[in-house]
Amino acid sequence: MSHQSELISTDINAYLAQHERKELLRFMTCGSVDDGKSTLIGRLLYDANLLYDDKLQAIEKDSLKHGTTGGKLDFALATDGLMDEQQQGITIDVAYMYFSTAKRKYIIADTPGHEQYTRNMATGASTCDLAIILIDARQGVLAQTKRHSFIVSLLGIKHIIVAVNKMDLVDFSEQRFEEIKSDYTGFAARLDLPDVQFIPVSALLGDNIVNPSTNMPWFKGGPLMNHLETVHIASDRNLIDFRYPVQYVNRPNLNFRGFCGTIASGIIRQGSEIMALPSRKTSRVKAIVTHEGDIAEAFAPLSVTLTLEDEIDVSRGDMLVHPGNVPRVDQTFDAMMVWMGEEPLVPGKTYTIKHTTKLATGNVTTLRYRVDVNTLHRSAAPTLNLNEIGRCQVTLNQPICFDAYKRNRTTGAFIVIDRLTNRTVGAGMILDQEPGDKKDFWDATPQTLSQDELHGTVTDADRHARFGQTPVTILLTGLTGSGKTTIGQALERRLFDEGRAVSLLDGHNLRLGISRDLGFSVADRSENLRRAMEVAKLMNQAGLITICAFVAPMEATRQKARQTIGGERFIEVHLSAPLEVCRQRDTDGMYPRADAGELQSFPGVTAPFEAPTAPELTLPTDTMPVAECVEKIVALLRQRRVLG
Amino acid sequence: MTGFNLTHLKQLEAESIHIIREVAAEFENPVMLYSIGKDSAVMVQLAIKAFHPGRLPFPLLHVDTTWKFRDMIAFRDQFCREKDLELRVHINQEGVALGINPFDHGSDKHTDVMKTVALRQALTAGKYDAAFGGARRDEEKSRAKERVFSFRDKNHGWDPKNQRPELWNLFNCKTNKGESIRVFPLSNWTELDVWQYIHLENIPIVPLYFAAERPVVERDGTLIMVDDERFQFQPGEKPQTRRVRFRTLGCYPLSGAVESSATTLPEIIQEMLLTKTSERQGRLIDHDQSASMEKKKREGYF
Repeated sequence: MSHQSELISTDINAYLAQHERKELLRFMTCGSVDDGKSTLIGRLLYDANLLYDDKLQAIEKDSLKHGTTGGKLDFALATDGLMDEQQQGITIDVAYMYFSTAKRKYIIADTPGHEQYTRNMATGASTCDLAIILIDARQGVLAQTKRHSFIVSLLGIKHIIVAVNKMDLVDFSEQRFEEIKSDYTGFAARLDLPDVQFIPVSALLGDNIVNPSTNMPWFKGGPLMNHLETVHIASDRNLIDFRYPVQYVNRPNLNFRGFCGTIASGIIRQGSEIMALPSRKTSRVKAIVTHEGDIAEAFAPLSVTLTLEDEIDVSRGDMLVHPGNVPRVDQTFDAMMVWMGEEPLVPGKTYTIKHTTKLATGNVTTLRYRVDVNTLHRSAAPTLNLNEIGRCQVTLNQPICFDAYKRNRTTGAFIVIDRLTNRTVGAGMILDQEPGDKKDFWDATPQTLSQDELHGTVTDADRHARFGQTPVTILLTGLTGSGKTTIGQALERRLFDEGRAVSLLDGHNLRLGISRDLGFSVADRSENLRRAMEVAKLMNQAGLITICAFVAPMEATRQKARQTIGGERFIEVHLSAPLEVCRQRDTDGMYPRADAGELQSFPGVTAPFEAPTAPELTLPTDTMPVAECVEKIVALLRQRRVLG
Repeated sequence: MTGFNLTHLKQLEAESIHIIREVAAEFENPVMLYSIGKDSAVMVQLAIKAFHPGRLPFPLLHVDTTWKFRDMIAFRDQFCREKDLELRVHINQEGVALGINPFDHGSDKHTDVMKTVALRQALTAGKYDAAFGGARRDEEKSRAKERVFSFRDKNHGWDPKNQRPELWNLFNCKTNKGESIRVFPLSNWTELDVWQYIHLENIPIVPLYFAAERPVVERDGTLIMVDDERFQFQPGEKPQTRRVRFRTLGCYPLSGAVESSATTLPEIIQEMLLTKTSERQGRLIDHDQSASMEKKKREGYF
């Protein structure tokens, strides 16, 4: 319903002209029934004269039936919806309500405050510009207040109004209001909430809702409605980065090929140069086509159709951008995840991911931590259950074009769909890369696309005939001091003397050159091994048997190594010796330095060494002599027909 | 549109077009339910805009109860011809054979057989995996919680506990075989938005929305139009000519008219704004109980 105005009866055309230029503001209310949330909305609509008579009558009728206010008007009933929920006396979902004034059209997402419904709150928050967080003046800042504020900040809502309600029950005390304000401010400093306003209200009595309170003359800010009418939201949009996820290719006839989509952010002009991602092909905008005719420019969030000067290949799921301002294109990223499925999140399980207009499959490769929504405390967790929130690393089967959610609410968001039930089980918000984050190249897509022309005429069979062997990569993995270099060198000698074409790579010789830029962090060790594997793979392609002596402490990294080389060419040998033995054998003084805290992430001391779960061979190097270890490996090679 | 600001109507339009295109892109066999009313008129206009300069990549489906106003059917046929729209019409022939009508069987039974059952028949027969509807969330309390993409099981049933969370504008379009999704592109529009848009865009609507002299009978405080010879008069009833119009259109014996002198869109809007009752009051099917719409929805009604 719309605001009552004289103009309606005196000059309807003037009224309509006024109402054609309204802004749209979406807001949500967070709080429980006990905080008087529904009462607040009901009061807002009632005082602003926005309730229809029949709705009022229905509320009056319903107030007698379910009402908790003893026959008085129960405004809460204006907002509750479904039958069973009404009888339970709680709202369990997101309900949308609409009203408008001469200035704005409002959409209210009404979401419940109960703990088990984090999912609904996140859903409601995802489209909102503003949130009203209700605090019961008697209770002050509660765990749920923190939870609501955290979710609101996580979902990127920029404007917060903290409505301190039931001021009538604390004698309209300024001191109480100030106390709550100070508590909240202290807490909110840890969150990303750029604009927070505080208003003392009484929803039941109508103080500071639409009309300024006469009971609280000490409050100089305007009533709630004032804030809703004046908060500046136009600049919340990102008009800088042009992002255009292609939604639909419109080909009504051979002469027209239009790329339909909704501009996620930024501005596009006729004649602008664009780049299609991920192909990186460029062209220019020939026309911005709309039903009302071509337009010179368009901006977020308009839905338009673009035609291009050149016939470049673009399909649904691709993204058009300006060549000088491109998003990240990657298949791995970190995100905050709100889990919404009844079944917990299973890291490693394949899900469908919908991001802009693109569908991909992918999985959570690492669950970094879970956040307790009440305390904001982070802890390690094996999984996320319904209504839990955590930080994950997500890996997809193909690269997508994205920005950090903080910068772009459209290109930074995705949903997770269970492949069996088709339900939406998760919502993710992509995080900025942190400075110092090293990119993980294991799964990165090579920039060179065509591999077809790389192979000459010398075939694997030719090399096999020349060398009389099948090339493999033998990874010797184990703690520092477990005998990797010693056994590696002995094995190289043994095979060389037998007339084999063989080469040895070890952690140290790589670091002298190829990996000169790397340190010893977990990420750097992983990257060092990746480079070694790429070199080993090239050597294998050249027909050589390659021995690699690396600590390679992480199981996940070794599995990546296996994938890089190819399963049938990869032989993992675990040199297993107790830590004490390795310490004794350490001639470089590494362990004492690690003990002294000089070496961060030193496997076995300051970082874990994960023993291989299924190596081809395990050699107890504390009891087995070097020569015997070498013979065991050679026997395995013979058994696998590598040598012949 | 200066300063890169969008009016609320432009923003609603953009969102609805996004929804319509998303369905066309992800579903194999969508259909747009066309009720001939003002909401349908806006929805079809948005679809035309979404695929301009091409044709709609899906047909319109009208479930005809055989008791619609004659003006509605005439308008429908002319509109679809002029806009080059593919129209499919479905009538529950079993219901026709049984002679189901609102006079003898009452609004509940008639609506169930000729509308709800008929819709299910049409959707099953057409193997549609997505059906657009023109419903809005502001129409009625239980619709306030309806998703834009509303999931339906194999029997077209709606389970309020089994709906998917909808975040941002990322819609989950996945269904298993036999299941379908109802899509409501006008979810966030209000009655005033719809009228304003019709006004601004000059969208043609059925003349019954405008006041004219029409033959009506007053029954239980409601004005019912005598639209054809099938009208069953009760003892003592005689048609009288009054200046009336309709706020919502459906089966003529079930649509209450309001006395009015509004003959232009601004006058209609003016009247709507000054009348402090919401539009569904004129719909006789809602009167029985306050949660009746939700019950109907569970059974497959829109």
